[in-house]
Amino acid sequence: MSAGYNFAYLDEQTKRMIRRAILKGVALPGYQVPFAGREMPLPYGWGTGGIQVTASIIGPEDRLKVIDQGADDTTNAVSIRRFFAKTAGVATTTRTSEASIIQTRHRIPETPLRAGQIMVFQVPIPEPLRWLEPRESVSRRMHAETDYGSMHVKLYEDIARLGRISTAYDYPVMVNGRYLMRPSPIPRFDNPKLDRSPALMLFGAGREKRIYALPPHTPVKSLDFEDHPFAIERWTERCARCGSNTSFLDEIVVDDRGTRRFICSDTDHCAERRA
Amino acid sequence: MKDQPLLDVEGLTKRFGDRTACQGVSFALWPGEVLGIVGESGSGKTTLLNLVAGRLAPEAGTICFRLGAGRVVDLARLPETERRRLLRGEIGFVHQNPRDGLRLTVSAGANIGEPLMAAGARHYGTIRNAARAWLQRVEMEEGRIDDLPTTFSGGMQQRLQIARALVSEPRLVLMDEPTGGLDVSVQAKLLDLLRRLVADLHIAAVVVTHDLGVARLLAHRLMVMQRGAVVESGVTDQVLDDPQHPYTQLLVSSVLAA
Repeated sequence: MSAGYNFAYLDEQTKRMIRRAILKGVALPGYQVPFAGREMPLPYGWGTGGIQVTASIIGPEDRLKVIDQGADDTTNAVSIRRFFAKTAGVATTTRTSEASIIQTRHRIPETPLRAGQIMVFQVPIPEPLRWLEPRESVSRRMHAETDYGSMHVKLYEDIARLGRISTAYDYPVMVNGRYLMRPSPIPRFDNPKLDRSPALMLFGAGREKRIYALPPHTPVKSLDFEDHPFAIERWTERCARCGSNTSFLDEIVVDDRGTRRFICSDTDHCAERRA
Repeated sequence: MKDQPLLDVEGLTKRFGDRTACQGVSFALWPGEVLGIVGESGSGKTTLLNLVAGRLAPEAGTICFRLGAGRVVDLARLPETERRRLLRGEIGFVHQNPRDGLRLTVSAGANIGEPLMAAGARHYGTIRNAARAWLQRVEMEEGRIDDLPTTFSGGMQQRLQIARALVSEPRLVLMDEPTGGLDVSVQAKLLDLLRRLVADLHIAAVVVTHDLGVARLLAHRLMVMQRGAVVESGVTDQVLDDPQHPYTQLLVSSVLAA
């Protein structure tokens, strides 16, 4: 742990302020709590919201895992993991089952989460109504009145144009029958993992300065139509490394002739299956 | 119930700073009736419409609306949550400019379907069929159901807006210059359509216009406004053929004979 920084980079007052926002978020599942987001030593869009949440909840006993696009070895994941190893001196891991805190962007691990674990999501745009209503004053009122009927317009457009709901990521969900929530850019494949998860889920948006949360076992329902029910994507291929046909697969072009391979997006899950 | 008004407005007053836009306006509207509001620009017509629609809060006065179940609520005093819940689908609004009343980035079908989805419709097929039926009803080609409103002509956009306003089968429709800015032949067709729809669906409507021809065609009763106050009201033909108030006489006499 390097000297000169407070534990986990943020000063204690800031961490308290963020914890208060988190507690409020946990008390009102899916509600976006404004917080006084700080400048972080990395650009907006790289996970400033997630880092602030992690910094506020992490303790010396924690073991941190960071994933980006499901992988533990991508730039963003590596640098955020190192950031906390350096400023908080905490142990890090790539194993989902060993981690007490998992900061993520884009994915929820394939390995089922258990009680006591905390997922921290990096959120680019927290407001699910933003595409529909550009005015914050109006969208907040819509949340207050649970006035969400128009959200289905987006799904209607998908079906009218393409014959099916094509929204593949950041698929809007209703939390506990009350608040409409953006689950951050996770694929819709991961939406069912949000529903009644035993782990605590925290969402931090750095640029927009919003925190929201899903306490353990919160019912989360993906929006759909009665005659076009929500469904997750499926692949006919298997992972080229571990042979899995149940995990989320990335399609990768491996040469200049357009040869494709499908590989598990969750590197830890893939490695574990091969071990 | 038939003899009970759907809408009973009493002493409605609205000021913007020290200017009075509406001064003690009172009127009643019965189911199936079309009330025209005429007057020159700046006479408070649109403000009155916005007050009834709940877009503006009045300084004084009551707006009593009879809900489907027979309960009467004062829209001027109703908290917003209640207002939204009770009025969902009960009051439709047609703007002068269709772009104000439509969602331009989504297809015609989605525009018509949105009020249904907002009211809780969750069956795609049903919504789609309703959208098709309404396109037909406002005399548009069904094939354009997936086109964006921006690809439509002004008259078609207005038809689309009318379909969107009426699809939830409201009991009251508020129209602000529904034929303004359209050429005469399109206006005539649109007026025909509106007249038929209002009669078929037995909707009560308030139509704001500065065009006395539109008022004569659509409205059963007429209210003439000047500087925020109602100066004359009565059966349309009576007001237009035998105007009593000097201002009404001026309005009627200033219409160019075709």
